[in-house]
Amino acid sequence: MEICTGLCALMVESGANSGLAQFMSLLIGVLLVSGVPLVTVIILIWVERKIAARIQDRIGPNRVGPWGLMQTFADMVKLILKEDITPTAADRVLYNASPLVSFASVVLLWAVIPFTPFHFGVDLEIAALFFVAVASFGTLSVMVAGWASNNKYALLGAFRVVALLVSYEVPLVFALLIPVMLAGSMSLVDIANAQSGMWFVVLSPLAFLIFYISSQAETGRAPFDLIEAESELVAGFNIEYSGMKFGMFFAAEFLHVFTNGILMALLFFGGWKGPFYYESPLIAFFWLGLKGSIIYLTTLWIRNTVPRLRIDQIMAFNWKFLVPLSIGNVVLISALLKVMQELQLSPRNFVGASVPEMLPTTIVLFLSNLAIIIYIMGMLRKRGEEMRVSSQQTRRAFVQASGSAAGD
Amino acid sequence: MLELNAISIGFFIFTIFTLGGAIGVVTTRNLFQGTVWLMVSLFGIAGYMLLLSAPFLAAVQILVYIGAIAILITFAVMLTRSVTRVDERYIRTIPSLIGSLVLFLILIAGVTIPVFGGHEGAPVVVKTTHDFGLALVDGNGYVVPFMLASLLLTAAMIGAIFIARDEET
Repeated sequence: MEICTGLCALMVESGANSGLAQFMSLLIGVLLVSGVPLVTVIILIWVERKIAARIQDRIGPNRVGPWGLMQTFADMVKLILKEDITPTAADRVLYNASPLVSFASVVLLWAVIPFTPFHFGVDLEIAALFFVAVASFGTLSVMVAGWASNNKYALLGAFRVVALLVSYEVPLVFALLIPVMLAGSMSLVDIANAQSGMWFVVLSPLAFLIFYISSQAETGRAPFDLIEAESELVAGFNIEYSGMKFGMFFAAEFLHVFTNGILMALLFFGGWKGPFYYESPLIAFFWLGLKGSIIYLTTLWIRNTVPRLRIDQIMAFNWKFLVPLSIGNVVLISALLKVMQELQLSPRNFVGASVPEMLPTTIVLFLSNLAIIIYIMGMLRKRGEEMRVSSQQTRRAFVQASGSAAGD
Repeated sequence: MLELNAISIGFFIFTIFTLGGAIGVVTTRNLFQGTVWLMVSLFGIAGYMLLLSAPFLAAVQILVYIGAIAILITFAVMLTRSVTRVDERYIRTIPSLIGSLVLFLILIAGVTIPVFGGHEGAPVVVKTTHDFGLALVDGNGYVVPFMLASLLLTAAMIGAIFIARDEET
């Protein structure tokens, strides 16, 4: 573990057993890496509530502490003190295990997230794949929670959510493939390092958009908030949960959104790259946090602005639009990249490539993506126009029919 | 004879996961719990792959078996009625005994014969994910089986879509 090699050396120097020192520093590292998300989520809940309130022209939490900063702590105490109910007909073990799995599936992601070029839990060779594999535990926990509650609303909610999560994993993985392909590595450290010349969001804005939309769906945020469709499902798969178990589902969701923001910053926005990032780890960490937070804020903005889609619209949008688009994008980018490399116009390895070296690749890939986006936009506009015209005709026919009926 | 280090402890833990999950699958009377036990068992196998320094396969094991196949089984189980009350018991002692014995012998033979039958053991070179990926597209490597498998999967997918399609449209 990279985080505590210095600490380990220090402990050995001060006379500790080397095995013990290694174990202790590993333990501290694990606690640190898993502690960061746990502390972050406390602040995130306040941020989310405050921003949602401001967007909806409310004030939000403002009573407990300055600007309501202590509100989350008060809520936590309340959730912990609440009666911990397990329905009699529920499957006891699975019912209680599910919130844990849900939260763990998000916290596990932080193991591979590099905070700076040299500070990370572990630099897995397969970090991108790890991210997708761990996300499948989240799907599992929803399914188990819905079933173990022994409640028909919970079960229906779980069905819808799992259908949503499984479907949107497909474009998510295809969009994830683009940075992996460009960097030639699945390690998040390598992917961020490969963006020294140019951010991948410029190379393939389409991949970023697809990733953004699918991760919004994966976290169950509006317009894909079927997880929590209060008006249709009472509350969704977590209806029977109360107290801290309910709180854990929510904490997992809040944290997942922020984690996705950080991941997108790493995959598409160069991670910790920014002015003077090599001067100090803190500056690198600041850039990563800043980029992640900006992406996180835009997801909150969208969440509080757009209405919910119907399940059939969500499914049609995914399978008929996002999936073909993401597959086409992968094929196009890989073909263009190979051609560029054969023509010696693109560096074989993006790590350490300067901006001029990256320029031809950037222009070609960006223009190809732009062409797709313009084409798709034109197609969508035509489609929308057709739908408007046909609905107008229907309305006119209806008005005429009812008018003539009134005349008679 | 067995030294107690991190790998052997991990091996024991994952064995408990794998075997315990497998026992859970065959003993529980509840189909849904059965699938969850199955996932525990598959998770243990992913752990073995990690111990064998094949992290790529471990992640794929979790992604494909737990994330896709087990979720699909759960869907199928939940769509069938009365999943919690399976009263019929399938007790055929002698056929199952013979079946499991034959499987056990095959596995034992498969594991031990390459080691003791004069063949050399598997090379202890740890291949990286990079090597693995290269071998799949290398002309001297596994490009033909890889292409055949992908062709087969594509054909199966198209077939599934064709079968599931509405007749009218």
